[in-house]
Amino acid sequence: MTYRIQKEARKESMLLNMGPSHPAMHGTTRIMLELDGEKILNAELEMGYLHRGFEKICEHKTYFNLLPYTDRMNYVSPLINNCGYVMTLEKMMGIEVPERAQYIRVLMCELSRICDHLTALAAMTMECGAFTVFLYKMKAREFIWDVMEQTTGARMTTSYIRIGGVRADLHPNWKETTHTAIDETRKVLKDVSGLIDKNKIFIDRTRDVAVVSPEMAINYGWTGPCLRSTGVSYDVRKAHPYLVYDKLNFEIPLGERGDNFDRYMVRMKEMEQSLRIVEQCIESMPESSSPQQLMAGGIEPVDAIKESRSKRTEKRIKLSPNLEGSEKERYKGIMTDSKGQIVPPKEDTYTNIEGLISHFKFFMKDHGIRPPKGEVYFSVEGASGELGFYIISNGTDKPYRLHLRAPCFHIVSALEEIIRGHYVADMNPTFGSMNMIGGELDR
Amino acid sequence: MAIQQEKVVQDLKERFVEKIKEVSAHFGDDTVVIERDSLLDIIKFLKAEPYDYAMLLDLTCVDYMGQPDRFEMVYHLFSLSNNLRLRIKTRLPEKGPSVDSLTPVWKNANWLEREAYDMFGVRFNGHPYLKRLFMYDGFEGHPLRKDYPLRRRQPIIPMRKENDI
Repeated sequence: MTYRIQKEARKESMLLNMGPSHPAMHGTTRIMLELDGEKILNAELEMGYLHRGFEKICEHKTYFNLLPYTDRMNYVSPLINNCGYVMTLEKMMGIEVPERAQYIRVLMCELSRICDHLTALAAMTMECGAFTVFLYKMKAREFIWDVMEQTTGARMTTSYIRIGGVRADLHPNWKETTHTAIDETRKVLKDVSGLIDKNKIFIDRTRDVAVVSPEMAINYGWTGPCLRSTGVSYDVRKAHPYLVYDKLNFEIPLGERGDNFDRYMVRMKEMEQSLRIVEQCIESMPESSSPQQLMAGGIEPVDAIKESRSKRTEKRIKLSPNLEGSEKERYKGIMTDSKGQIVPPKEDTYTNIEGLISHFKFFMKDHGIRPPKGEVYFSVEGASGELGFYIISNGTDKPYRLHLRAPCFHIVSALEEIIRGHYVADMNPTFGSMNMIGGELDR
Repeated sequence: MAIQQEKVVQDLKERFVEKIKEVSAHFGDDTVVIERDSLLDIIKFLKAEPYDYAMLLDLTCVDYMGQPDRFEMVYHLFSLSNNLRLRIKTRLPEKGPSVDSLTPVWKNANWLEREAYDMFGVRFNGHPYLKRLFMYDGFEGHPLRKDYPLRRRQPIIPMRKENDI
């Protein structure tokens, strides 16, 4: 078992091992360094410690059942992963999603993006010694997670965006909680800017460290904030608009030098833009297909099932709180109406035979979602870059091959080159600014 | 003046007449199937002006078990200046699948090809450091091949020596 770095290291230099269980390795990556004093002469990354065989598992799961696995790719912004996967399939099957569901998706994606940037910068600044900033940012993230939790029922592994729409409508007081989250995030961003933007220690450690030129970034396949920090204006939301991004006003912040500080700055500015998008979503969100006041009342499911034995029940049925927001009346706003592609409303499944049959047809082996034969690539703007899915369908209910284009895979692959010539202490901010996500990198 | 995708495909067809096997569009994504010996030439042609496919978005392999040319390499190229995506595919035989490495052209091909080697056992000619990326040395087989069972157990490997970092 030999590594290149062992073979090529000079006799007088020292080999240092960082990770895989090093607090600054953000998950589990191993970096071997060849050092001359504190100077890094060479670096080699070893990864795969979090490899779970995502692509192999997906080949053995139906299109519907593999959705929760996409949550575990970039576990800091799972909603964007859901969205990317689901939209790839929708592109294949030509499903149109209602406008409200599209706005909900954009809202959720942008909130996830803010979460992701907050986490990335929190870790990066903490590793430079700014623990206050870390706590501030975690506080802001909690407010955003409140919104997500109340809507999706989960804080991290959401599986909320489904093929054909979203799983449930937004929670009743989503406007208030979202406004609270926006206000709190703005406050935190202001505080953090005050603490960090002109902080001598932080600037000394990040300015002109690990500089990446635009040509090099493109050659390495960088996308997202890291590419934009070098001054290249490429954002999937602008270049290939999807959902309702072309109706929204936002800017693409750019950096100038492509160093660690620029990567920090671009993320800070991007969060502000994402907050703008969220505000616009709140304003222009189409009304729910069932206003709140109509939602009260209804009969218990047990009574409905009893009644449905003799006749078709027309009354409203109270669903379990777990299914809140996915009532039948709300389906029109949040789900496509193409039959056979979506799980039918629970009320129908339990009270009438057509609903039951379509439920079975959806989940039965070799039925359900079966995209036409062919292959498709689709990408969305993930938090750390272009998140692409490449799916090959052979006409059955399982993908023949599913490949994930993980943005941080390409970004981290440049680490070995850009860290050369810097000091060991520069490793942490550089690695932090790349926002490596273990789940996505290792699949 | 931005170049259209049709023009790129047209030019490719004219320039490499015999090397282009098939041109198709799946769900709006343009796909060009080429002979594997001309991969580097075609990639270099596309990367140069005026087509300017400067970015290798993705590189992966697909295992079509049971077909004469079992493996298929899939490259997704992206042109920033023209905002175009193009998919290049080439087939490799089952026995000793190998293809030219793209590491001289794109740096991120290094890890992507290591991943493809790890998962499918495809060899890349001219790759500077073809070592498994996700799996460890001593792993038997290539997990993403279709004949690799989902729950196959691996043999236990010996412990590392002390002087091994």
